[in-house]
Amino acid sequence: MTAIPKQQAELHKESSLTLLLRNSFRRVRHANPRFLFAVTLLLLVVLFAVLGPVIFDRPNPMKIVGMLYDPPSEIAWFGTDNFGRDVFTQLMHGTRTSLSIGLVAGTIATLIGVTVGTVAGYKGGLIEEILMTITNVVITIPSIVILILLSIALSSHEVFGMGIIIGATTWPWTARAVRAQTSSLRTREHVDVARLSGVGTLSLIMWEIIPYMLSYIVMAFVLQLNAGILQEAALSMLGLGIDRGVSLGIMLQWALLWESVRTGAWWAFVPPTLFLTLIAFSLLLLQSSIDEIFNPRLRKG
Amino acid sequence: MSQFQRYLVNKVFWFLLAFFIALVLNFLLPRLIPGNPVDVIVGQMGMGGGVSGQAQERIYTAYIADFGLDKPIWEQFIIYVKRLAQGDLGVSFARSPVRVQTLIGDALPWTIALQLPAVLVGWILGNVLGAVAAYRQGWLDRSLFPAFLFTSSMPYYCLSIILLYVFAVYWPLFPAGGGYSFAISPGLNWTFIASAVHHYWLPFLSLVIVFIGGQAIGMRAMSVYELDADYVRFSRSLGVDDSRVVRYIFRNAMLPQVTGLALAIGSMVSGALITEIVFGYPGIGSLLYESIRLNDYTVIQGVTLLIMVGVLVANFLADIAYGFIDPRIRAQRAGER
Repeated sequence: MTAIPKQQAELHKESSLTLLLRNSFRRVRHANPRFLFAVTLLLLVVLFAVLGPVIFDRPNPMKIVGMLYDPPSEIAWFGTDNFGRDVFTQLMHGTRTSLSIGLVAGTIATLIGVTVGTVAGYKGGLIEEILMTITNVVITIPSIVILILLSIALSSHEVFGMGIIIGATTWPWTARAVRAQTSSLRTREHVDVARLSGVGTLSLIMWEIIPYMLSYIVMAFVLQLNAGILQEAALSMLGLGIDRGVSLGIMLQWALLWESVRTGAWWAFVPPTLFLTLIAFSLLLLQSSIDEIFNPRLRKG
Repeated sequence: MSQFQRYLVNKVFWFLLAFFIALVLNFLLPRLIPGNPVDVIVGQMGMGGGVSGQAQERIYTAYIADFGLDKPIWEQFIIYVKRLAQGDLGVSFARSPVRVQTLIGDALPWTIALQLPAVLVGWILGNVLGAVAAYRQGWLDRSLFPAFLFTSSMPYYCLSIILLYVFAVYWPLFPAGGGYSFAISPGLNWTFIASAVHHYWLPFLSLVIVFIGGQAIGMRAMSVYELDADYVRFSRSLGVDDSRVVRYIFRNAMLPQVTGLALAIGSMVSGALITEIVFGYPGIGSLLYESIRLNDYTVIQGVTLLIMVGVLVANFLADIAYGFIDPRIRAQRAGER
């Protein structure tokens, strides 16, 4: 076997990577309206959550501004909650908390999933066997069960910790998908070239494998982000949410516990319900539009 | 050993391994609570002021003995498994002396009666609509797809809350919660059944609508994929009857949906937890919610175990069924390992 000169390998890598990136940009630029719609919606929600409290000068979501379930007024635009606190302020802060927990959970899940998936898929053999055994066991045990048990076992529930335990239970889906992709990428020519020119395993995975399935990883991340936000809301509604502060799930839990639905105080439960739906809808729309952009077979319809 | 037997053995091994790990988790995690759950619960009783010091002491020792918390942890695990084998989930912490299996036994029929029809109806309608949307395309697909995407992406409890408000509070067409009217006691008579059915519609609808959307999206994607397959083009170029081609497509696209059905039935218990809480429906979800509020660890443990067993068994059965239905998968999977 003659070693391929390193220079040539570099050249090869350079050209195929730039080609890949250029192609991706072109695809995104000519994106379908669904993609643009989803991105716009998400940006609006993020702006509202991040800049809202500053723009409207409402830094404290726990401040009492009225009585129990005051209807919308000039002081409280979206009315007040069960403790007379401003729903509009809570919505901004709650969205921010929910997005943060989802972001932490999605990042953790994607990091673990991509690491496990690429190493298993690239290395193969015993390492793959062991990693996939762990993945398959975690995947079969329903994550809501692990989350319930973990949240009961943990004494403090704060934003970062919640994100971590959620991410630590949802990663196997990503690991499985990434492993399948890696297994098929492993036999590609450019990977062989890199391997023969003596590139180490880690940098090979980083530069020769991951860039070629970036669209899959992004889609997986979007799904994990969504799962994280919804899991947080579900846990909160079961009474296992964060102990301080407010999230969309906590707002719903208060609204249900204090019977806002049955007493007709719609302003207390409609905003968090609407926002959770809006976030979930735009994230799934984003995911499916990315899928359509990079997977032309689906583009009919 | 034939290939299929190897596949079976493999699946049984997986099932047992996952089951064992699930048991260990279920056993271990509530025991990780800082301090000891008995301290917490007896402390709460004391705060209520209803229990004297001496009685409290007695309750404490009784609980410690009942849970075997004075023994080493591996021995506790063996006791736990032995009791489980006899179908005993222990005494409820907060509702002593009621046993956990009694509480779960009372709640489970409600959950199944709510979820099983919702899953089946949603599955059938969703698959038909998804296949039709993929096949007809055009305006039907363009209007149905976003609608399905919206309903399936909507968190199921959000739809529950909206339905409850619109159809039970704003227009009081349906009762605003519970499984039956509190004025009557449960029994096998027409007044009770009529009342239960009246209370059934809203939670049922809120589950079905979300489920239809999810199934339709999956079926549509599978059908679009199949429609483009070589065998479809080939059959069409041979002039095969269109209805027969549709039948081929439907059959092939169906395969993953069958697994989906098995998994949905398996995760029935956990699938409606929050819908039940929203409607105050007397099923497992409401039981879990109350137990979390009361720190009733044994009941929580019983519920999580039930959820896990359901999912694991359904997974296992789906895998086995798949081996029978699709010889292609069977061979592929046997070769993969």
